Amino acid sequence: MAITRIKGGKIYDPTNGINGEVRDIWIKDGKIIAPPIEADILPEKVIDATGRIIMPGGVDMHCHIAGPKVNLARKMRPEDKRYAPHVSRTALTRSGTIGSVPSTFATGYLYAGLGYTTAFDAAVPPLSARHAHEELQDTPIIDKGFYLLMGNNHYALEQIAKKDNEKLKSFTAWLLESAKGYAIKLVNPGGVEVWKSGGANISEIDQDIGHFNCTPRQIIQGLSQTAMDIGLPHAVHIHCNNLGIPGNWRTTQATMDALEGRRAHLTHIQFHSYGGEPDDQGKFCSKVQELADFVNSHPEVTVDVGQVLFGETTSMTGDGPLGYYLHKVTGKKWTSADTEMEAGCGIVPMVYKEKSFVNALQWAIGLEWYLLVKDPWQIAMSTDHPNGGSFLAYPEIIQLLMDRTYRQEILKRVHPRVLERSCLKDLDREYTLNEIAIITRAGPARMLGLKNKGHLGIGADGDVTIYNESSNILAMFELPYMVIKYGKVVVEKSEIRLQVPGNTLHVSPSFDSGLVGGIRKWFESYYTIQFENYPVTDEYLSGGGTMIPCNKK
Amino acid sequence: MQNELKVVSNATCTFCGCVCDDIELTVEGNHITKAKNACVLGKAWFLNHEAGEGPVARIRGKEATVEEAVEEAARILVDAKFPIIYGLSDTTCEAQRVTVAIADWVGASIDTTTSVCHGPSGMAFQGVGEITCSLGEVRNRADLVIFWGSNPAESHPRHWGRYSTMPKGLFVPNGRKDRTVVLVDVRRTKSAPAADIFLQIKPRKDFEVLWMLRALVKGLTINEADLIDTGVTLEQLQNLVDRMKACKFGVLFFGMGLSMTRGKHLNVEAALALARDLNAFTRFYANPMRGHGNVTGADNVVSWQTGYPFGVNLGRGYPRFNPGEFTTTDTLARKEADAAMIIASDPMGNFSQAAREHLASIPFIALDTKETSTTRAAAVAFTTATYGINVPGTVYRMDDVPIPLRPAFESPYPSDEKILRALEKKVLHLLQAKLQASN
Repeated sequence: MAITRIKGGKIYDPTNGINGEVRDIWIKDGKIIAPPIEADILPEKVIDATGRIIMPGGVDMHCHIAGPKVNLARKMRPEDKRYAPHVSRTALTRSGTIGSVPSTFATGYLYAGLGYTTAFDAAVPPLSARHAHEELQDTPIIDKGFYLLMGNNHYALEQIAKKDNEKLKSFTAWLLESAKGYAIKLVNPGGVEVWKSGGANISEIDQDIGHFNCTPRQIIQGLSQTAMDIGLPHAVHIHCNNLGIPGNWRTTQATMDALEGRRAHLTHIQFHSYGGEPDDQGKFCSKVQELADFVNSHPEVTVDVGQVLFGETTSMTGDGPLGYYLHKVTGKKWTSADTEMEAGCGIVPMVYKEKSFVNALQWAIGLEWYLLVKDPWQIAMSTDHPNGGSFLAYPEIIQLLMDRTYRQEILKRVHPRVLERSCLKDLDREYTLNEIAIITRAGPARMLGLKNKGHLGIGADGDVTIYNESSNILAMFELPYMVIKYGKVVVEKSEIRLQVPGNTLHVSPSFDSGLVGGIRKWFESYYTIQFENYPVTDEYLSGGGTMIPCNKK
Repeated sequence: MQNELKVVSNATCTFCGCVCDDIELTVEGNHITKAKNACVLGKAWFLNHEAGEGPVARIRGKEATVEEAVEEAARILVDAKFPIIYGLSDTTCEAQRVTVAIADWVGASIDTTTSVCHGPSGMAFQGVGEITCSLGEVRNRADLVIFWGSNPAESHPRHWGRYSTMPKGLFVPNGRKDRTVVLVDVRRTKSAPAADIFLQIKPRKDFEVLWMLRALVKGLTINEADLIDTGVTLEQLQNLVDRMKACKFGVLFFGMGLSMTRGKHLNVEAALALARDLNAFTRFYANPMRGHGNVTGADNVVSWQTGYPFGVNLGRGYPRFNPGEFTTTDTLARKEADAAMIIASDPMGNFSQAAREHLASIPFIALDTKETSTTRAAAVAFTTATYGINVPGTVYRMDDVPIPLRPAFESPYPSDEKILRALEKKVLHLLQAKLQASN
């Protein structure tokens, strides 16, 4: 029955229209409550936040932090960690390594240290869901979950080709329930299957993907509709075809048009906004304005940016052929891991250099996105960690958005041709704290359909971040004064005070169990494990897990 | 419990890296009398399983209570200056995770049987990367399957039948008939008759031959003279290269013949690089034939918790990685360890003389399901229940696919995880007391 009161802080709670007002927050049993009317109800703990800034705990809706692909990257790159800062053990907390792909305990502590209390891994093949869950159990403090790869799933492709929406819906629901996943993820829909079959890749959404007799357009339409029909809290999450290739803005535009008004989230949109031609690097340019115009006139579509930061990192993606492409372009070591019936993946070390025209333009394109989308509720901050950069760079992105002088300083240092190929130098907009609160917590929580996250209204989870107000934006966001999770202080003065396991968030959509027989028959024809050993049972859920309800119409 | 008969379906065998999960066990009381679908190794694993004997806990050979033994074990670890922890391949991921926690708290070196098996493959992977796939991809797509330095007929008897050469698959409708199987080894093993092509290369020439295959794939000229002493001819190699380039999906399975012979990680690097190079022409993969049931799980757990796969030291309060420095054969043979914990492994039975002598001279804890030369020499020994037969949990197949265990019957002995959790608690307690005493 412990009650915590956080008094005197300046609240930024955009969901509830609170923009810098000084108010108290009361938390009881992990949930935000109305301030008690009875004078004799005293809080067990009072936190004095006078003069400080309060936001809901951060919500990262696209990162790569758990599962087979992430672990392969850890194993593959000892050099990435050897000289990097590390996480030392304390009497209470485990040790870990950082670099661009932190170990699991380090991941939980570092996110919490930044004031983030929820994060979702963006891409897990269902066959390895058990692995992702084990890693999430060892990722403390934050609430978490993951999206399930479906865009190259053989059963899904078969139903899409046959236009059997009922079977597609039931399969999707059964798959999410079996894997205890959160949302549908499409990565290069159809393209990974083409690659696995010996082809090159897909560049147009109307290209036939061969054996399965369907096109990326049909996959996009089929699964975006399915997400809506089975009432998933989050829209279909799409990594468009043709990532990274100059000229790919047309593929992105075609994908947007293909949605025909359906809800969707297009992820790391920066990598998909390139003008120019594949074989002429000189013509590379930004097409953000054209694509942002679409987002600005389609409230049902949301994006996260996938910001590139200069420095070394690791690219890791479910887009197998993209991995091969990056290996050829960079010459660096390459890991690829294909999963039967379901997915692929590619991992290659990456470097983004200020003096590289391409990299500098990528950096500028990311910032253009933030500055050209009018409604901050439609755009979430991300680096597609670690692809564009580490999540540890989020404070730097905040600084870039809030301080145009800082942006201009960097623009002066980068490759000069960026000035003519990007409109960044002319964008004066500076984000307010309210807008930052939207793109780092309130907006992502809304996009994910998490009614109890990203805000500080009554009934919300007691996840609160207290910052020291400062004109040094970077310092302010890098080192919160205090972080509270379900009403308990977990971080104070950059130290972990309490190790809690965090909750795995998942969905359990209903499905016609009569159709499971058909799924089983298909499964047993092709997989190499037993059907009964595929589903993940409840004991794998961190903290007991929380099922987020679906809203089936 | 007597004569109670039950059938456990979809049980998982953890004898080898195939981790077959389609075993049907007939259980009578505390004996498994049938193991349908199991191969000869699996049958031995299930049918010859003997319940442990004697007390759960022993201190220096004498029976003790679990509490006393856990206390003594915790003391050994906490008081040591350079404790090492080794083994872990024959236990659940749940137990492995607690073990790494203990290593973290006491600042130990943590190493698994990977370091004497496919450790070099892990190191090669760090140098080159790897192009790999799950076994079902092989089943459904592979038309060219190569085994190099591996004898699956004896080491992984169901590999061919369940995954790699026999099964019909989505794009391999005629099963074996749609595939070409190649075996490369230094002697004609029991696997050879099943192959379409057998290349007998001379011992210690794997690296050279793999490198020449790479050259041929890239269209470079190789002279017959370059192949003297390799045991193979240019024609044989060119033929193989032509098949590799022309296949739709090729996979090279490699075993100890590459990772544990002259060259070790360099041999594996050559194989991984070859598979990578072939992706300019087709889809080509290189997969290790991993041994013990859950060594892949051990790699995964140590990697996600520390960032490194094996040979990890936590003595400075954070993970450091250095094969050769922190791997167990070395920390023992160089007499660096002053205490140890050995879990589900028998180094006293198979390590070098120098390592064994040193291990015998330091206090160490052993957890095993049966008596071994390691448990007999231990200061503190625990008899534990067997994973997969008595104990549920998670294991990883050789291709990284995670699979649950379905135990057959309960054991009077505790699981590794239970002992290790008690040990972790005690270790933390002693460490806290130590901290308070020094304040």
